[in-house]
Amino acid sequence: MTQFERKHPGLNLGSHHGAAHDQAEALVFGFWVFLMSDLIIFGLMFATYITMQGPMAEAGGPGPAQLYDLRSAWIQTLLLLTSSLTFGLASLAMRHKHGVAPVVVPLVVTLGLGLTFLGFELHDFQGMLAQGAGPGRSGFLSAFFGLVPLHGLHVTAGCIWLMVMLAQIAVFGLSDMVKLRLLRLGLFWHFLDIIWIGIFSIVYLAGLTG
Amino acid sequence: MKDEPNYRQELRSYLIGFVLALVLTAVPFGLVATGALAPLQTLGVITVFALIQVVVHFRFFLHIDLSQQKREDLHLILFTVLLLLIMCTGMIWIMASLSERMH
Repeated sequence: MTQFERKHPGLNLGSHHGAAHDQAEALVFGFWVFLMSDLIIFGLMFATYITMQGPMAEAGGPGPAQLYDLRSAWIQTLLLLTSSLTFGLASLAMRHKHGVAPVVVPLVVTLGLGLTFLGFELHDFQGMLAQGAGPGRSGFLSAFFGLVPLHGLHVTAGCIWLMVMLAQIAVFGLSDMVKLRLLRLGLFWHFLDIIWIGIFSIVYLAGLTG
Repeated sequence: MKDEPNYRQELRSYLIGFVLALVLTAVPFGLVATGALAPLQTLGVITVFALIQVVVHFRFFLHIDLSQQKREDLHLILFTVLLLLIMCTGMIWIMASLSERMH
C-alpha cells in the first residue's frame, strides 16, 4: 500500500502523479480563494433577491407564481446534478486510470449536459421576456435577472473552459499542466452545482410555495 | 498519512453522494408540486433539505470534511461563510425592518 498525503482539500491527484501532485497544493489553494470570493458575490445576489420579495417589489408586475415553471426547474436540476456526477467520473478516471478515453468520454457527457441545461434556462428566460417580464419591469425581476443569469454565465464559462480542456487533451494528452487545469475545472463545476441548490431552493421552490 | 483510497471506493463515494442529492432534491420538489404540506412547513423542509444537500455536495463531490484538512484551506472556507452570514442576515434584517416601518 502506498502512503497517501492529501496536499489540499478536494480530490487529490495522488503521489503516483509525481510533480503534478506537488504543484497542485498552491494552485488549488489559489483557486479556492477565487471560488470563495465568487461565493460572496452570489451570496449578496441571493440576499438582494430575498429583500426584493412581495407586492411592493413586484410593482404590479408578474410574480413568481406567474413566471416560474417547476417542471423546467426540476429538469435543469437533474441535468446539473448528473453533470456533477459525470465530472466526478472524469476526475476519478484521471486519478486512477490510464489512457485518455476514460477521461474524455465523461467530460464530453458533462459538456452535453451543461449545454442542455443552458438551453432550458435560455428557453425559460425567453418565455419571461415574451411576457414583458424583463429585468426593467420591477425590482423583483431586476434581482431575478441579476442572480439566475449570473449563474448561467458561470455555467457558460464552465462549458467554454471544458471545450478548451478537451482541445488541450487532444493536443497535449494528459500532461501535468492539463491534469492540474482539469482539477481546478472540477472544483468550479461542483461549486456551480452548489450555487444551483440555492437557486432552485430560494428562487424556484420558495417562489412557488403556497 | 493514510492508505490511498482505490478507484472502487471513491466511485462508491460519488454514487452515494449522487443518490443522497437526488433524494434531497426530489422531496422538496415533490412537496411543492403536490402542495402536501402547509406553506410554512414546506418552506421549512426546503430550507433544511437545501442545507443538508450543500453539506452532501461538499462532502462527496468536493471532498471537504472536518478531518485531515490543511487547516488554512478550511479556515478560508469557514471565514467566507462567516462573512456571508454577517452580510446576508444583516442586509435581509435591515431591509425587512425598513419595509415593516413603511407600512
